[in-house]
Formats: sequence, structure tokens, C-alpha cells
Amino acid sequence: MTRIMAGAGSEVRIAMRNRWVAIAVAMMALFALVLSAAGSAPTGEIGADKLSVTVASLTSLAVYLVPLLALLMSFDAVAGEVERGTLPLILTYPVSRGEILAGKFLAHLAVLGIALVAGYGVAALAAFAFDPGAAAGLPALVRLLLSSLVLGAAFLGVGYAVSAVSRRPGAAAGAAIGLWLVFVVLYDLGLLAAVVADGGGDFTTHVFPWLLLANPADAFRLYNLAASEAAGVAAGVAGAAQTIPPALALSSLLVWSTGGFALALVAFRRVRP
Amino acid sequence: MLTCSRVTKTFGTVEALQDVSLAVAEGERVALLGHNGAGKSTLMKTVLGLIPATLGEIRVAGAAPGERAAREATAYLPENAAFHPALTGREQLAVYLRLRGEPASKAGALLERVGLEQAADRRIGTYSKGMRQRVGLAQALIGRPRLMVLDEPTSGLDPVSRREFYDILDDLAREGAAILLSSHALTEVEARTDRIAILSRGRLVANDTLAALRRAAGLPIHIQVAARPDTVGDVARRLDGTRVNGVRVDLTCTHDDKLSRLGQIAGLGGMIEDVEVIPPSLEDLYTHFSRRTDQ
Repeated sequence: MTRIMAGAGSEVRIAMRNRWVAIAVAMMALFALVLSAAGSAPTGEIGADKLSVTVASLTSLAVYLVPLLALLMSFDAVAGEVERGTLPLILTYPVSRGEILAGKFLAHLAVLGIALVAGYGVAALAAFAFDPGAAAGLPALVRLLLSSLVLGAAFLGVGYAVSAVSRRPGAAAGAAIGLWLVFVVLYDLGLLAAVVADGGGDFTTHVFPWLLLANPADAFRLYNLAASEAAGVAAGVAGAAQTIPPALALSSLLVWSTGGFALALVAFRRVRP
Repeated sequence: MLTCSRVTKTFGTVEALQDVSLAVAEGERVALLGHNGAGKSTLMKTVLGLIPATLGEIRVAGAAPGERAAREATAYLPENAAFHPALTGREQLAVYLRLRGEPASKAGALLERVGLEQAADRRIGTYSKGMRQRVGLAQALIGRPRLMVLDEPTSGLDPVSRREFYDILDDLAREGAAILLSSHALTEVEARTDRIAILSRGRLVANDTLAALRRAAGLPIHIQVAARPDTVGDVARRLDGTRVNGVRVDLTCTHDDKLSRLGQIAGLGGMIEDVEVIPPSLEDLYTHFSRRTDQ
């Protein structure tokens, strides 16, 4: 544990020096503020409290930003060490590759956590300012925060795996952006096209929900919308969200986050210094 | 402390190491010499457990390379030591200390030992190559290593730093550390190591003390005799040597003839001013042993 924490400590320091903490916090806070401003119009007819509405829009924001931040922080993890030539030395220390990776993981998750607390905190404060009854949405906010961390963990693991396989930071960065596009944008577009083409057939009712579950970003969205009372304000996957129990969506997220790390470890173990 | 028995390492069809047997005892300083690509770094990396040997056995402090016990006993200084540029020297050493289970507060003393106390709180990104090399040495000193593997440790160091570096190595060897170092700077290796191992095309072609290597190689010894302008011709004739310039006569002889030749020279008495005996240098030996395998 000391060894993991030694690695994590220096990674947090590096993230601060490289302005990663500042960039992540500023990005999350800025987008959360914009969302709150856009969502501050009266929503009386829905009957939900302001914070629940905010959480619903934050969910849509997090689906894009959390994977992006996680991949941006993780793509350099192994490839950067290889490029700088720092890997052989660290591997001669009495520390396992799992411990090295765990240290980075903890540090990056902490940075992500700081950014999320800042961003969601700003949005929550704005909600409370407009609606004294916003406290009703607090459980949803906590749920969002925790599930965002699990989503971040999944993409950190995937990012490390990409980093270990690519071995060059440039290639790893390209692959990370590509993965982000696939998971967050193209996957949904593809599913949408398939659903439209299917026209309400077997695919839409039987296969589509499972395909949604298979993608961590969609599972995250499903979980938060299904669990949220304000699901109605966010259309789109809401229909599918009703057919999938939140626990299943959460399990998918957990599988992705542990599986991502395992994948990263396998890839890292294959790197020969 | 370190034993390599018949180690062979192949990369595809290339034999980077062929049947290399080498041991380094406690308190012994062994220099590993060889051309670029002779297999020095490969041997070091197999010893460190970074790459597995194809054949043969390596034991480090009684453990296999890469095992935790072996890693705990071993310190490594890579060629061109690199560190994260965003960390300061002190922070980087603190990480390495904690990874070896030592308190981070020892970083200051280590940096002082390698002469970096002034730059301890500056980022490594601002360091010169020599300063990074010193950080590398500082991390290799953590926790009294029993085996030190140093890959070109003095590259990038100025002459004064090199001397300080070897002074530190002497201290470590006195405390019982086994030291395996590679170098291109043959003169410093000549003076500051106990044994010399020469790798050529992946094969160990020499492994002995400098004196024993000289005997084995049987290379001629050069003797320079300084005469006076009026006696130089006579001296050259009597000694059957080569007149190099107005005052100097050069002779070569074998190791066995050395004393009789010196006796001859001494017999010339007042005709000569000075005499200098130049044994085959490490460069000569190195060339001799490396070339032998090429044929």
C-alpha cells in the first residue's frame, strides 16, 4: 500500500504541475455553469425540483466529459514512461506492475473526483439558489457523482490499456480520441440508425437494451435516468431506460471499471522495457 | 552476490548473449567493456530481470532476477537516466525512497552526497545531463544496495564529478556492495575497478584482473628512453631501438624481456636522461581481446 501511495502521490503532483487538475476542474465547472444557466427557465409543469432537473442535464454532460477527461489523463500513463525512458528504472524497484498501475489509477481518479465535485457542486449551488426545495434532488446528485467516478474508472482502465498497447504517446492519444468517439458518439448513432431501420421490431425490443448496457457510457446514462425521478425531462434513451433495471446498468459500469483495469494490467505486463 | 552461468539471450535469430558466465562477489568492482551492441546493456537487463534469459541461469543475492528479493538487493543506474521533468529532484527521490520502504526525508542527504543540494528543489526538467545522472546515482544509493548495476554511469559527467563518482563507488565496495559497471572511458575503469570483463559480439572474451589480462595478451611493452642530442644516435644503436626525434629512442619488448632491457638501459649510465616504461594500455588490451573473436 505504501508503494501504491508513493506512486499515487507523485502522479497527483505531476497532474497539478501539468495543470491537469486546473484544466479538469475549470472544464467541469464551466460546463456545469452553462447547463445551470440554460436550465434555469421555469419548469413548473414537470413538477420535479430544480436539483433533480439539474442532475438530469448533468448526466448528459457527464456522458461526454467524464470519458474524455479520463482518457486524456490516462493515455500517457505507460506510453509516456516508455517515451521518457523512465520505465526500465521503475521496473527494477521492488514494486509490481499492478502496484505501479494502481498508483496512477488512484491519482487520476482523485483528480477526476476533485473536478466532478467542483463541477457538480457549482451546479448544485445554482439549483439551490433558485429552488429552496432542491434538497429533494440530493440523493440523485450523490448517485450521479458516484456513478460518474465508476464511469471515469472504466475509461481510465481502457486508457491505460491503450497506452500500454500503443507504446508511443502520440499513437496513444490518437487511439484514445478514437475510442472516445466510438464509445460516446458513434455507438449511439449506430444504434439509433439500427432502431430506425428496425421500425420497432425484435431488435428494438430485445437486442437494443442489451447493446445499450454493453457500452459503459450508455449504461451510465441508463442508470442515472432510470434511477432519477426526473427521467421524463431527458427524452431519448428514457424509453429504453424504463425496461432495464438500474441495478443491471450499475453492474455493467462496475464490470467495465474492473475489466478495464484488468485489461490495462494485461497490456502493461506485456510491455518489455 | 551475482552469478551468471552460461547465459544466452536471443532476439529472433540474433544472439545478443552467447554462453556468458560471469560472477561478481561482495565488495568487488567489475567493469564490463565492449563495443556498442556487444551485449553489455542486454546482459545488465537480464541481470535486472527486465528481460528474461533464453538459456542459462542467473542468481542475484540468491534469488532469480526480477524476484522481489533480487530487486530489493539491487540498485540500477540506467544509461541516460531519465525522470519526470515536472518533479523536483527532492520529490523524485522521495518517490524512490518510499518505493524501497525508506522515509522520504532521506532525500536531502542523498542529494547532498551527489552534490545536488543546491538544485534539490528545482524541477528535473531544468537539470543538465550531468545533474540528471547524479539524480540517477542518488537513487541507486538508496538503502545500501548489495548489488549495483551501473550502465555507463559516468557518461555526461565532468572529470571532477567522475572522480567523486568513483569515490562513492569505493565507499560502497568497502561496505560490501558488489558493483557491475559498463563504461567507454577505459582510463578511469583501469584505475578504479578490480576486474575487467570484455564482451564482444555477445561473447565474454576476457574476464580477469588487468595485470592478468596483460600477461595473457602478451602485448609488447613500450619503453621510451630520453637521451641527449649528442648521445641519441649512440643510444639508438646500442639498444637497437627506433630514434623518434632529437632526443628520444623507442623500444618494444615482451613482458619477460622487460627487466633485462631495463638493465641494458641502466648500463648506459650518463648517456641517457630518463626512461619511461609504458605497459599495454587497456585500449590495447581491449582491441586485442575484441579483435580475437572477430577472426
